[in-house]
Amino acid sequence: MASGGSHSPMQQFEVNPIVALKLGSYDISFTNSALFMVLSAALITVFLVYSTRGRALVPGRWQSMAEMSYEMVANLLRDNVGSAGRQYFPFVFTLFMFILFGNIIGLVPGTFTFTSHIAVTFAMAIIIFLAVTVIGFVRHGAGFLRLFFPHGAPLWTAVILIPIELVSYLSRPISLSVRLFANMVVGHVLLKVLGGFVVMLGLFGVFVLPVLVSIQALELLVGALQAYVFTILTCIYLHDAIHLH
Amino acid sequence: MPQFDPSTWVSQIFWLIITFGVLYFLLSKLALPRLASILEERENRVSGDLEKAERLKQEAEEVLADYQKAIADARTSALAALKESADKIAATGAKRQAEFDAQLKEKVQIAEDKISVARTEALSHIKDVATEVASAAAGKLLGADVTEAKVSKAVDEVLGGRG
Repeated sequence: MASGGSHSPMQQFEVNPIVALKLGSYDISFTNSALFMVLSAALITVFLVYSTRGRALVPGRWQSMAEMSYEMVANLLRDNVGSAGRQYFPFVFTLFMFILFGNIIGLVPGTFTFTSHIAVTFAMAIIIFLAVTVIGFVRHGAGFLRLFFPHGAPLWTAVILIPIELVSYLSRPISLSVRLFANMVVGHVLLKVLGGFVVMLGLFGVFVLPVLVSIQALELLVGALQAYVFTILTCIYLHDAIHLH
Repeated sequence: MPQFDPSTWVSQIFWLIITFGVLYFLLSKLALPRLASILEERENRVSGDLEKAERLKQEAEEVLADYQKAIADARTSALAALKESADKIAATGAKRQAEFDAQLKEKVQIAEDKISVARTEALSHIKDVATEVASAAAGKLLGADVTEAKVSKAVDEVLGGRG
């Protein structure tokens, strides 16, 4: 399995243009990555709108799932940010669903996982980071800088604490994006390698197959969990910006 | 790794912003308000039903209390009536008993009087009979006439001795 070969575990991450597009000097081709973003967005919309079309008082299965996802994110936001976070609910909910569907759809063999690309995860993380910083300054003005110095600490500790807090604050978009990206990449590489083993071993591959199946189940869990973690961290950052620790 | 090929970054970020933006718009304008209204409606319905159930329960409790009060009232009045009639019966019984006792006493008295009259009468006759019997017996035994005066005297002595 030499890298670059058709069975390279990295091949699945290749971004290939479907429709070549140019915006000025920038390449904005509609790629397989874009296709799955559109597919995720479409599926989310269809799922949420179609399941709630009956507006049933006693929900069916699909409506129940839509309500559960709504209430889960609503509770997450309320528990972490409080009532001040209500206005950010549509964004946080969209974020959660978008990542969740991206992760889950990506686990279907032959598909593309757009959340396995650092460009995508970092773009999301940096937008959240900038938005949270702007929200913090708008709400507290210069007082938002108190975030970098814990209330009640002796003044001389500022020399140590402020750089630490500053570094930890600035590393947020990196840790947020790398966590999701790395989890997705590792999971898919592992699945690809194990899948390769199953094929290579021929008849004996059936002994590896259960491992592959269980890893697939684990990846399903990881996909949901990472969407949750991304969302909860966004909520925690929002909390910091609104309440300053 | 294809992830670190910068040539695809612009396209990825461009489509991310487009799809995310469209999805955000669709959810915030369409799906989320609908879900919110469904949940709110249910919440209202459930709390309304709970309120109604609470009210009905209260009403039922009131009815039960009324019923229990009515039962208790009926029981007290029944007990009172029962006691009253028992007292009446007892009083009537006692009165009749007293009347009967008085009548009985009167009758006993009359009977006793009659007996004593009869006794005195019998006692007054007994002397004559005794005298007669004694004289007749003496006459037969002695074969001689005994004077009535003597017999009477003897009888008197015997009777007098007896009391």
